Amino acid sequence: MLTVDRLHHSYGPDHVAIASLTFKVNEGEIVAIVGPSGCGKTTLLKSLAGLLRISGGAIRLDGQLVSDVPKGLAVVFQEYGRSLLPWCTVEANVQLPLRYQSLPSDVSRRRIKDSLAAVGLLHVAGQYPWQLSGGMQQRVAIARALAYHPKLLLMDEPFASVDAQTRADLEDLVAEVRDRFDITIVLVTHDIDEAVYLSDRVLVLSASPSRLLADIPINVTRPRDQITTRASEQFLTVRSEVVRLIRRQAPPAS
Amino acid sequence: MSAAPESTKAPAGSHQRKLTFSPVIAHRLATFFRIFAGALLFFLAAELLTWLEFVPSTYLPRASTVALRVVELLYDLPFLLNVAHTLGAWALGLFIATLITIPFGILIGTSVPAYRAIMPIVEFMRPIPSVALIPLAILLWGQSLTSKVILVAYATAWPILYNTIYGVHDVDPITTQTARCFGLNRLAILRRVTLPSAAPLMFTGIRVSASMGLIVIVGIELLAGANNGIGSYILFASSTGGHMDSVLASAAIAGLFGLIINVIFGVIERRAFAWRLLGVASR
Amino acid sequence: MRNIAFSSAGKMNLSGTLRSFLFRYGLGLALLLAWQLAAMHAESIFFPTPWQILLRAADLWLSGPPQHLFLADGVFADILPSLGRLLLGWSAAIAIGITFGILIGRSRIFSDLLDPSLQFLRAIPGPALIPIFIILLGTETTMRVTLIAFGSVWPVLLNTIEGVRTVDPLQLDTARAFRLPPLARLTRVILPAATPKIFAGIRVSLSLAIILMVVSELVASTNGIGYRILTSQIMLLLTEMWSAILLLAALGLTLNAMLERIERSVLRWHRGARQRTES
Repeated sequence: MLTVDRLHHSYGPDHVAIASLTFKVNEGEIVAIVGPSGCGKTTLLKSLAGLLRISGGAIRLDGQLVSDVPKGLAVVFQEYGRSLLPWCTVEANVQLPLRYQSLPSDVSRRRIKDSLAAVGLLHVAGQYPWQLSGGMQQRVAIARALAYHPKLLLMDEPFASVDAQTRADLEDLVAEVRDRFDITIVLVTHDIDEAVYLSDRVLVLSASPSRLLADIPINVTRPRDQITTRASEQFLTVRSEVVRLIRRQAPPAS
Repeated sequence: MSAAPESTKAPAGSHQRKLTFSPVIAHRLATFFRIFAGALLFFLAAELLTWLEFVPSTYLPRASTVALRVVELLYDLPFLLNVAHTLGAWALGLFIATLITIPFGILIGTSVPAYRAIMPIVEFMRPIPSVALIPLAILLWGQSLTSKVILVAYATAWPILYNTIYGVHDVDPITTQTARCFGLNRLAILRRVTLPSAAPLMFTGIRVSASMGLIVIVGIELLAGANNGIGSYILFASSTGGHMDSVLASAAIAGLFGLIINVIFGVIERRAFAWRLLGVASR
Repeated sequence: MRNIAFSSAGKMNLSGTLRSFLFRYGLGLALLLAWQLAAMHAESIFFPTPWQILLRAADLWLSGPPQHLFLADGVFADILPSLGRLLLGWSAAIAIGITFGILIGRSRIFSDLLDPSLQFLRAIPGPALIPIFIILLGTETTMRVTLIAFGSVWPVLLNTIEGVRTVDPLQLDTARAFRLPPLARLTRVILPAATPKIFAGIRVSLSLAIILMVVSELVASTNGIGYRILTSQIMLLLTEMWSAILLLAALGLTLNAMLERIERSVLRWHRGARQRTES
């Protein structure tokens, strides 16, 4: 569904963020992208979203070249506090993308209800983001993305700023969302455990200027569960392999 | 977490450095060019508008004429004396206000009962336009330097006082508590935590009241009978006919000085309080 | 502001509210009393007692017939014209400032180029422009309204430009990611994000507008509150002068309080969000 072909991006002559990336994402998959800090994961995500004009290579969504933000794509950012509009209620925030989709009002109202219910926040629809905890705010951001009914959901370190307990709940939410809404998810994260726990495939990036170090299929059985899966033999094996890869990655291009 | 080495820059050939400007100089040059271009644009637009003569040029002379007059005035000793008189009175008033209100403000801000009792009064006095007292000042002290200085001092005192009290009162209690835990006594906390923390807001108060003071002093000079200062020069030039270029030029010079003052304050603010990256709302 | 805890005994309520009232206004009332006593003692014509000032004010403005809401002629002769000019000029300044602020702020190049000119124009002390405006526009209402508008537009304009320029890029990215049309981006993201700064500019422009209103009435005027202050000074009617000053103070306070109230309700979300990030 999503093909990335020799993606290259630099922020000026001295700063090459991404050297060359080539990979595919199939429909319905959850793909996690991991790598060391500063390796261009966010640059990659912004490029996939069409928020960045890439320096070289091509990104195609369903065969169409991505040059500006394509239809059917939603993004969840790490800083939920800044991406939710503080002057809108939770409901207004979730509604915002739907307003300009020419949807009949009962359809959009239904979608808002469904997505808020899916993240368990129907009861705070009238509150403002700053009245909610961090985890709840991020859930609102997820609900907003869901209500949009995207084909592809991009998440940029969505749980990095959230406490461990909430993170576990949100991870399970993402898995459930993929099953229920049948979306394709690309998730950027620095947390390897999370990447292995959630995804069907893990793409490992090298340090900047980044290249693809490995594309590892995660053959851990589903449905997955925070306690048993994370203690299972399969999980630990795959996890150590990923960590080893990141630790002894190729040195930066000289 | 991985301890992988990071490198965000592709190493540029170091031999290339000699040919490019250091980024700091490049930035300064760009800023200077930008300002110059902006000023030029302004002048050209003004020249075009005045050339089109929507208003007859006896009333609104050409921008070039005004600019010439500005240069002439800046070489004219009597005029410069007027400017010095205005700026001197303004500076003196501002200085007196700062000298008096900052210590008071610190005292009030650090004492909770004093804050609760006095702050309502300060909030009450602050929105009162000081220009309303110009006739009173003239009555009491005539059109003298004294009345100007006193009025400027009065006008500038309130914003400074308000900001000082507020800045001192609103120091982050976590910072002061941390200092207490490290054994600092009250005076040390004041010196090393409270004052530095409140300084940006205090300075904003001074900056705001500086421009307020300029307005007040030109205002008082504008009333008939004044004999010194930019304001009286403008008034004089406008009452004797046919000197529109002087009127506009002197107003422009007043603006230029105001601009220079603003810029100086801005530079000091950025240098001294660069750590306060989050904008301090001007109150 | 702490809420006073309500207890079952009604007495507790009263003493609580009374105490907070005294704390807030106690010192002010004490000073007022001191002023009254000092003025009574000094018997100087320059400093009438507060009581005399109040009486004169009531006489000047509240002694009219019931069908005029007890408003005397002085109100219609002075206060209403002043207020009218002030509000007209100030609202023009707000409208122009916000409109052009958005237009200019949206373009980085444009706002960078215009910045020096705007900084220069805003630095010209308002009173310095009065002679120019008198020559160009006469001494009637047009001149005063234009002067007030011209002088008080800059804080609104400059703050709007800054507010529009400094919208959080993440919010803009979010708007783009959800493919919001450009107009919606402006009205639903950029403008609301800029309102705190815009309101700060409006607050400053109010005090500037009041100053310009007064100063323009001290010079070549035939009516208005400032005019009243000046003429009473010239005619040595000092109690009247003080009454007019008092009126001006009341006007400034009222308008500021009203603006604050509006700002508080419009920017409720901002205070809440700020508390969050600062905690």
